[in-house]
Amino acid sequence: MDLLTLLQLLDSTLRLATPLLLACLAGLFSERAGIFDIGLEGKMLAAAFLSAAIAAVTGSVWLGLLAGIFASLLLSAIHGLASITFRGNQLISGVAINFLAAGLTVVIAQSWFAEGGRTPQLAGAARFNPITLPGAEALRDVPVLGPIYYELISGHTIIVYLALLIVPITAWVLFSTRFGLRLRAVGENPAAVDTAGISVVGMRFAAVAICGVLCGIAGAYLATALQAGFTKDMSAGRGYIALAALIFAKWRPVYCLWACLLFGFLQAIALRSDLIERVLQFNIQSQLLDALPYILTVVILAGFVGKAIPPRAGGEPYVKER
Amino acid sequence: MDVMPKWAEVILVPLISLLLAAVLSALVILAIGENPWDALKLMVDGALGSTYGWGYTLYYATNFIFTGLAVAIAFHARMFNIGGEGQAVLGGLGVALVCLYIPFPHWSLALITASVGAALFGAAWAFIPAILQAKRGSHIVITTIMFNFIAAALLNYLLVGALKPAGSMEPATGKFPETTHLPSFQDMFSFGEATLFRGAPANISFFVAIAACIALWALIWRTRLGYEIRAYGHSESAAKYAGISPTKIIVVSLLISGGLAGMMAINNVQGEAERLVLNAVEGAGFIGIAVALMGRSHPLGVFLAAILFGFLYQGGAELALWTSIPRELIVVIQALVILFTGALDNMVRMPLERFFLSRRKPPKPDAKSTPAVGTN
Repeated sequence: MDLLTLLQLLDSTLRLATPLLLACLAGLFSERAGIFDIGLEGKMLAAAFLSAAIAAVTGSVWLGLLAGIFASLLLSAIHGLASITFRGNQLISGVAINFLAAGLTVVIAQSWFAEGGRTPQLAGAARFNPITLPGAEALRDVPVLGPIYYELISGHTIIVYLALLIVPITAWVLFSTRFGLRLRAVGENPAAVDTAGISVVGMRFAAVAICGVLCGIAGAYLATALQAGFTKDMSAGRGYIALAALIFAKWRPVYCLWACLLFGFLQAIALRSDLIERVLQFNIQSQLLDALPYILTVVILAGFVGKAIPPRAGGEPYVKER
Repeated sequence: MDVMPKWAEVILVPLISLLLAAVLSALVILAIGENPWDALKLMVDGALGSTYGWGYTLYYATNFIFTGLAVAIAFHARMFNIGGEGQAVLGGLGVALVCLYIPFPHWSLALITASVGAALFGAAWAFIPAILQAKRGSHIVITTIMFNFIAAALLNYLLVGALKPAGSMEPATGKFPETTHLPSFQDMFSFGEATLFRGAPANISFFVAIAACIALWALIWRTRLGYEIRAYGHSESAAKYAGISPTKIIVVSLLISGGLAGMMAINNVQGEAERLVLNAVEGAGFIGIAVALMGRSHPLGVFLAAILFGFLYQGGAELALWTSIPRELIVVIQALVILFTGALDNMVRMPLERFFLSRRKPPKPDAKSTPAVGTN
């Protein structure tokens, strides 16, 4: 395999890892605050639909992005209402949100566009287009570094760079700010936070809202950058892979990046079965590659390769003593 | 002490939740420019207006009874088995192997063996998450979700490889032999001139599902194991103190759960398709969650909720056929039912509890003196 092929593979790894990374960090905020969220999938899907729909109608991808975030936030609000305000089962609420998104997106898409549950194809300013970083063209012919800069680092949409930027921001917010300390405390010991005079409900709603924003960006990326429009069930289990990556990363931001890149890489090579055959001299079934993220997560969860310990108050509604 | 009378708990709460889900669904139909009343009439007519419609409704209901019972028994042990989908996929594999490779003289033997095969494969698929939950504390919800995807990949692998007949392009097994054909309702209930349930897929496994309801009811409320499962579900620490092994309860309840989900395959694989195809489960494993929640994890409730969802499925297919409302509307209704009966349960319950509390008569003065032992 030559350098160029490798770079192309890593390039598509980065592109495929981006929605996983955004959703994974979304889940990180929520779960660190003690709210399990298996509704990442649904939120991404809803955001993908509304962003594509608004981008198609207005021709502006930025309005589409805002609409996507709005859709995701709406579902976040339902999740917060069910799991924080009414102290319901967070897992069941997540399941409901996934189905709500899977159903409503197609029903509404059919009603608005009548194209069999999809949105019109997006083009031009209705999509996020690749950005060529300064100097990429000029440095292209420099050996080794030139192609790396041109093929791998340059030429992505702005969301990819944004997602990579959010990783250190998340780490900083969670571990170096007062807000982050409180957020983590709410996920570990909400009673202590309450005693300190800070609203547990408020902190948890804030976390769920951040989760909604990030899922919204992830969904908008799917429909307006990775692909050119919304298709039925286009999130295709990415929310669950993000959830797996979150466990794989043991609820830590920088590890999330590596986990998502790994799972993105698996998706990237699954698309290039010709490459696997050429490099390894034998063919790996693509089904094995599909299942690998899930198998790895189960192995991690089983605690054979370092224990993954979730936030202690995760999944538990907080009941203030009276 | 219970705040609400039993009838309110069992009937009123689910009914109000269902009503809320129905109202919101009607609003969705209105919003996409159709008439909810006409839609409902069309659904009732299509699903219940003929024996053909009933044949489909009961066929879907059979699937949902099995997956609903699977979720329900796990709920009794306070476990959330979200892996019914994967377990049903594996159950289908069990049925296919039994039907393809064992020569049966009669369908009754095929049904019994296929049921055992389906249950064994489904239970085996639930076993790994169960043992990981019991021994290593790995969260059952996450592991069963992962196992759903692994099951889908495994079936995909087998159907494009080992199980596909030579020369076929389609990812599916060959047709099962004629002797494994289960009697359909058309075979069973047509007398002379009158052909009932013509062409509908409902078959004898509907009665197996009813038997499973009764058996599960007896297991939960009439056996020692059932008592232990319920005790564990109510309080883990109390159950431990009473000498009940958590490992045993978690593993056994999830094996039963996985087995029930797997048994769905005798209906959809052996009864309807008569071969194993990709995506045969069609989300029935997830509908089991809605069915178990609505049925309050009671076998009778599960049965009724499964019939309701069978009606929704068949009615939804009719709607998609005759109107511009896509089939996914049913997914929306299903989501709303899960939301209101599951996650937003307290939203319905809290005002009702307040209402019943306000109506309760104040206790008589002498009633206070009884529990005074040991207080000072």
